[in-house]
Amino acid sequence: MKGLLPRLSVAVALPALLVALWWLASDDNTDIYWPSLRTILTTFPDVWTGERWRDDVLPSLLRLSAGYACAAVAGVALGTVIGSYRRVRAVCEPVLEFLRAVPPPVLVPVIMLFAGIGDTMKIAVIASGCVWPILLNTVEGVRAVDSVMSETARSYDITGVARLRHVVLPSASPQIFAGLRQALSIGIILMVISEMFAASNGLGFTVVQFQRGFAIPEMWTGILLLGLLGFVLSVVFRLVERRVLGWYHGLRDVSRRSS
Amino acid sequence: MRGTNALLGAAGLAVFLALGEAVPRLGLVKDEYFPPTSRIADALATELADEAFWTALGDTLTGWALGLTIAVTAGILAGVLISVTPYLRAATASTIEFLRPIPSVALIPLAVLLFGTDLRSVLLLVVYASFWQVLIQVMYGVRDVDPVAEETARSYGLGTWARIRHVLWPSALPYVMTGVRLAATVALILAVTAELVIGAPGLGARIAVAQTSQAVPEMYALVVVTGLLGLLINVGARTVERRALSWHQSVRGEVAV
Repeated sequence: MKGLLPRLSVAVALPALLVALWWLASDDNTDIYWPSLRTILTTFPDVWTGERWRDDVLPSLLRLSAGYACAAVAGVALGTVIGSYRRVRAVCEPVLEFLRAVPPPVLVPVIMLFAGIGDTMKIAVIASGCVWPILLNTVEGVRAVDSVMSETARSYDITGVARLRHVVLPSASPQIFAGLRQALSIGIILMVISEMFAASNGLGFTVVQFQRGFAIPEMWTGILLLGLLGFVLSVVFRLVERRVLGWYHGLRDVSRRSS
Repeated sequence: MRGTNALLGAAGLAVFLALGEAVPRLGLVKDEYFPPTSRIADALATELADEAFWTALGDTLTGWALGLTIAVTAGILAGVLISVTPYLRAATASTIEFLRPIPSVALIPLAVLLFGTDLRSVLLLVVYASFWQVLIQVMYGVRDVDPVAEETARSYGLGTWARIRHVLWPSALPYVMTGVRLAATVALILAVTAELVIGAPGLGARIAVAQTSQAVPEMYALVVVTGLLGLLINVGARTVERRALSWHQSVRGEVAV
């Protein structure tokens, strides 16, 4: 399995087989709940191009990125503060543990009370669900900064912003990224749910609309689109992570090889 | 040291609850949006006295436990099977990478269509979401088996089954436990979500009803219950993990959650 071609063919073989099986098994299917793959794929471009792309998919993505960005900024900032001071951490820990344990989707009805059913509600729901993994992982990461490194920084009189930028954040970044990754999948879930609950547009809204109207092939295209979206976002995340944490993965590979 | 931390933690909790009481009473937030702590506690007490609440709690726990059991069993079996056959591992890698990030809530419309507000709807979502957590951890764990131990077992003539039982399983167990712990949390989230959105019986459905009938303190009380449930599951999973790994407390590159 050295060349690119054999590796590629191994990777593609099973998915191709599964899709082929699905295609064949469903092709002359008359069950309305399981439309044939041919129907789904021919419906897909009709449903998700032009207007619907602009009116439903784009708003969903914008809300997701706005909520996720808020959560990332708030989580890293608060996490750094809480992680840096032992006493603050001890005071906050039980409350944070409790807040994190609340299943994020139950926040939808709560936040609806405050923010109505507009975009603000959805962004707030996404942000308030995503913030916990980021916050808690940042706290752990900041707490675990190598003591030799922070002592060295202190003896060189590196303090304040410089210390944060060059010592604390880089060494906490692998943990922060672990949190960001968890937050991403929570974010997608919350995006869909907040739209299923109360909305007039968005991916989640449209898919439920199709289901209620028994537009089954259209509903299937929505499910496929949500799946694709999750996949694409996780690939993008991995690319960003590899770029930002390249030094860390390199370091780990070296130490693994030498051990 | 531990005592002071617990004391500070209790103080933090007290401040949190006091703020929850003071903010609405001072009129900073309308109390129909955010009732004071005492009123939520009242509603919670009423809930606890209500039989329907306990039925709902039981429904949620049933969905959670059943889904988690299925997902963990399937995840472990599939994970071990895939990992011990290099052939399968190469062939399934791309499929797993593709299926895993698919958000389980995408399946909600399908679940509604197939099973309505049945327990099976909840199970479909719970199992799909928690299966991957276990599977991925098992696969990492098996990959981490010490090659020397593996070769030693081979040269002593242990069969495949004995190697799985005595070499592979113990060294993968820490990873498996992490997977189970993650899956336990995810399973609760999805169980409550399914009830909330689909309307399958349980705490989530009760929250949805409280919300539509403007019973704000009850809604908060139920949210608090789900939080406590999550906390209990977390603590429980950690305890089980520590018990199962009492012989192995080394810190394996575990992702903190």
